[in-house]
Amino acid sequence: MDYYNLQPILLGIDRYMNSIMPGWLVTVLEGLAVGIFIMLMYIILAIILIYMERKVCAAFQCRIGPNRVGGKGGLLQVPADVIKMLTKEVITLKNSDKFLYGLAPFLVIMASILTFSCLPWNKGGEVLHMNIGIFFVLAASSIGVLGILLAGWSSNSKYSLIGAIRSGAMIISYELSIGISVLTMVVISGTMDIQGIVESQAGAWNIFRGHIPAIAAFIIYLIAGNAEANRAPFDLAEAEQELTAGYHTEYSGIHFGFFYLAEYLNLFITSGIATTLFLGGWMPLHIAGLDGFNAVMDYIPGFIWFIGKTFFIVFLLMWIRWSFPRLRIDQVLALEWKYLMPTSLVILIVMTICKVYGLIF
Amino acid sequence: MNRITEKILTIVPEAVVGTNGEEIVAIPKESFRKVAEALRYDTEEPMDFLRDIVGMDWGEEGLGTLYYLECTSTYNRITLKTVDHDRENAFLPSVCNLWKTAEIKEREVYDFFGIKFLNNPDMRRIFLREDWKGYPLRKDYDMNSNPLNMENEINADDTDEYFLNPDGKIEGRKNIVFGKEDFVVNIGPQHPSTHGVLRMRTSVEGEDIRRIDPILGYIHRGIEKLSESLTYPQTLAMTDRLDYLSAHQNRHALCMCIEKAAGIEISERAQYIRTIMDELQRIDSHLLFYSCLAMDMGALTPFFYGFREREMILDIMEETTGGRLIQNYNMIGGVQADIHPTFVQKTKEFIIHLRKVIKDYHDIFTGSVIARNRLIGVGVLSREDAISLGTTGGTGRASGWSNDVRKHHPYAMYGKVDFKEITYTEGDSFARYMVRMDEIMESCRIIEQLIDNIPEGEYRVKTKPVIKLPEGIFTSSVETSRGEFDVMIESRGDKSPYRLHYRSTGLPLVHAMDTICRGGKIADLIAIGGTLDFVIPDIDR
Amino acid sequence: MEVKKRTSIMSMKYEEFKNNDYLEEMVRQLNMDGAGIILGTLDELINWGRSNSLWSLTFGTSCCAIEFMALGAARYDMARFGFEVTRNSPRQADMIMVLGTITYRMAPVLKRLYDQMAEPKYVVAVGGCTISGGPFIKSYHVVNGIDKIIPVDVYIPGCPPRPEAFYYGMMQLQRKVKVQKFLGGINRKERKPEETEYVENTSAENKSENGRHE
Repeated sequence: MDYYNLQPILLGIDRYMNSIMPGWLVTVLEGLAVGIFIMLMYIILAIILIYMERKVCAAFQCRIGPNRVGGKGGLLQVPADVIKMLTKEVITLKNSDKFLYGLAPFLVIMASILTFSCLPWNKGGEVLHMNIGIFFVLAASSIGVLGILLAGWSSNSKYSLIGAIRSGAMIISYELSIGISVLTMVVISGTMDIQGIVESQAGAWNIFRGHIPAIAAFIIYLIAGNAEANRAPFDLAEAEQELTAGYHTEYSGIHFGFFYLAEYLNLFITSGIATTLFLGGWMPLHIAGLDGFNAVMDYIPGFIWFIGKTFFIVFLLMWIRWSFPRLRIDQVLALEWKYLMPTSLVILIVMTICKVYGLIF
Repeated sequence: MNRITEKILTIVPEAVVGTNGEEIVAIPKESFRKVAEALRYDTEEPMDFLRDIVGMDWGEEGLGTLYYLECTSTYNRITLKTVDHDRENAFLPSVCNLWKTAEIKEREVYDFFGIKFLNNPDMRRIFLREDWKGYPLRKDYDMNSNPLNMENEINADDTDEYFLNPDGKIEGRKNIVFGKEDFVVNIGPQHPSTHGVLRMRTSVEGEDIRRIDPILGYIHRGIEKLSESLTYPQTLAMTDRLDYLSAHQNRHALCMCIEKAAGIEISERAQYIRTIMDELQRIDSHLLFYSCLAMDMGALTPFFYGFREREMILDIMEETTGGRLIQNYNMIGGVQADIHPTFVQKTKEFIIHLRKVIKDYHDIFTGSVIARNRLIGVGVLSREDAISLGTTGGTGRASGWSNDVRKHHPYAMYGKVDFKEITYTEGDSFARYMVRMDEIMESCRIIEQLIDNIPEGEYRVKTKPVIKLPEGIFTSSVETSRGEFDVMIESRGDKSPYRLHYRSTGLPLVHAMDTICRGGKIADLIAIGGTLDFVIPDIDR
Repeated sequence: MEVKKRTSIMSMKYEEFKNNDYLEEMVRQLNMDGAGIILGTLDELINWGRSNSLWSLTFGTSCCAIEFMALGAARYDMARFGFEVTRNSPRQADMIMVLGTITYRMAPVLKRLYDQMAEPKYVVAVGGCTISGGPFIKSYHVVNGIDKIIPVDVYIPGCPPRPEAFYYGMMQLQRKVKVQKFLGGINRKERKPEETEYVENTSAENKSENGRHE
């Protein structure tokens, strides 16, 4: 099943570079290459996701969606938007805290890129690898809320402030549910290493191994993840119809673009982590006992499995976004503290019991 | 002379009953409060619904107001009149503690005529800038006295109140709207969910709303004043632009009023066409209501569903009238053009289609857990408040106040068709929403009863291009998509009206926002605004 | 080497635009000086991006706003042409569609919204009321044409205009954006007196042209 393992190739490149240049230069060059690669992937994925969102929502709304810009299907619509945003004036406000105001979008995008680089694209294809990877993802993703809070605070606008405070209250609450449902999966996999979690699902994906508690944890993770990504029905921080544009009301040009990109990438990251934890990451679909079938599945490269599963979850979340009205702030918090958090605690306990008594597959 | 008039005459013998046009009881301003109180708290027939207060400039006679009252149990109506002869310092007693809606209607009269109301706690300008000079609806107003002022307007945080102190002198004092400790958020005038250019200064505490102060007039175009210089057929053009989602119905009201005054008989065919068009317009408006409410609450997909069916109505109307939004279809004496040959068939097909898809609407939005949680039990308006605030239409009916003009004062074909007046008793946002959704089906029923029986005949009675109405005051009322719409014409026998007034259906609704929203969340404010379903150009006129 | 500006739009043939005089004049002026191949190509790319991604500010005061909503809805679906979203915050909007009558009380607000928008920004005046005051021209409280307050790029006459008319006007704006200079010249600097005269001429021309079409 190791046809597509990237590790040997990457290690080979590393060895070759070390043989022709000094060690520090190798580190710098590799760092640069990886950095540029991540950034490029980030932008390309964002463009694909935005295009997908527009087409998906158009389909739900009996529309066509973008179809004129750049030939059939409006494929170049999003690049046009990007060019526009890059060349648009960045407004500085007179009565704002200029340093924090400028810092906020970078914090948001940084948190998003940090989390992004932890995703296991393929066997041996992750950028940041550490033995507490999933813990790092949780920690890094919570920097994002700081950016949102700062954006709202420093804009010196009441809409922004209300949006930021909503977002703060909401994201911090929902991180609990995310944390606990992630823990549930750590229990079943027995490791916090992201690659380790994926490897542990070689026999069957966690959602099948953990049966009922895993499915429940998956649903809770999706709800909480949706909230974490600030998407409808949890888009209270933006709440277009209430707060015009929420915490980024006062941002223009590429600063606004950063928030916009981060929103879509966070959607991808949420789905990517869900894939990793519940649907086996890059691991192909294996059914115990059907060796022939499993061998065929192994011929499909890991990154296709990963991207395919992730986009499936992205589609699910888009479906939710375009179907439901927005929740009210007290309902959002009640949902978390009264229902999701207690439930996920129970699930964690049930899962631990299952694991201890070997009730998982 | 009916019982109420007799009762007034026993209280105030010097009251004069005018029968020029419609019956109006003129009461001296000193005894006006006494009469108003007696009528409001009458044991048999309390006049608990103040339909409208109309400011008037009677020139030499002075400035005054007309009060249109209605009893919500017997649906009897009466009109009172009171005048202050002092044009410079006109004072009239306020009735805002008898009918809450007077609070905002008296402000309107003050804004246009400069009549100050004693004991009304809020005597600010309402439609015009606070630094506006003069009172535009007075006959002696100089139209050029207020050039365009591009300075940003600063809104005062306190209001003026005038009262009579014990030794008979009039004094003023200030009432505070927003104190220094209030965190005031400006919602509007450019805001996606205020349905136009309404501005609500909202004082919030965290997410909780403490007080709302609506600021109007961002789309005040002075239609009433403009109409005074137009001939009667010309005034029709303005009605479509009042509440553009009730274009047919508004115009219907004005046509009816002029026809009644001029004694023009309408052919039955025209009556049928008008009624059908009114109901199509109502469906159109309610579909838009559904779309906008869903969008306000963050559900974007239902918005597109509502608009999809709305386009079908627009197609039907466009074939006959030539317009999509503003049709200019009703004329004095009938309608502008005969219905399109395919009108009947297409309307029938549309109703069949609508009955099918309305299920989808309920599936995607009404049935949604989040939508129900956001609407049920939120923004409750009691029946008493609804009547006192004069919130007619779906909003009143959701609170259990049966106020459908079509039912209680039938006009056109409404007396002859069988339909149910939709009322709910909860008075919350969900009830307001359901009233409209049920009314769509009820409108379908009305159309179905009429569409096959449109009689042959003239669609329009020939009228002279210049119409002169006899002297007097004439009114007519219709049920538009969002409430009772009244037209009041005072004619002096000319070819243009001396005064033309429209009852705004939305003004009481906006006024009710403060009562309904207090204690709610910001998100509730938006949802409640959506369910109240007001159209700002209709409020500002 | 030079790059010549063109004003074409994917979905609409050049000949289908009936009143191109002032646009052609702008193209002529732009091409007079010419531009380097790199700058010129970049400029075209930027203009292509900008013209195909005009996000409108939701600014509806009256009837025309409902037609604008219909424009965004399923049948007319303006997202097809790059008017993907309407932004509610003026900072993030590229153009302001003035939909409906502007009254004296609203005028300072409109000016303020315009000032709050980030460059480049465009103004489309929709409907008779915004062009001249429309049926309310004699009113004591209506601004007779928003060009008295803010510079207008395109006028769309009608009361309210049909969605097709909206499209025509919005595409005319797209073409206008395409003939602007971003690099190697200043896009929209303070106009010199003689330039101002020219601009006023063209806008008046455009207005009368549009009027004739109606």
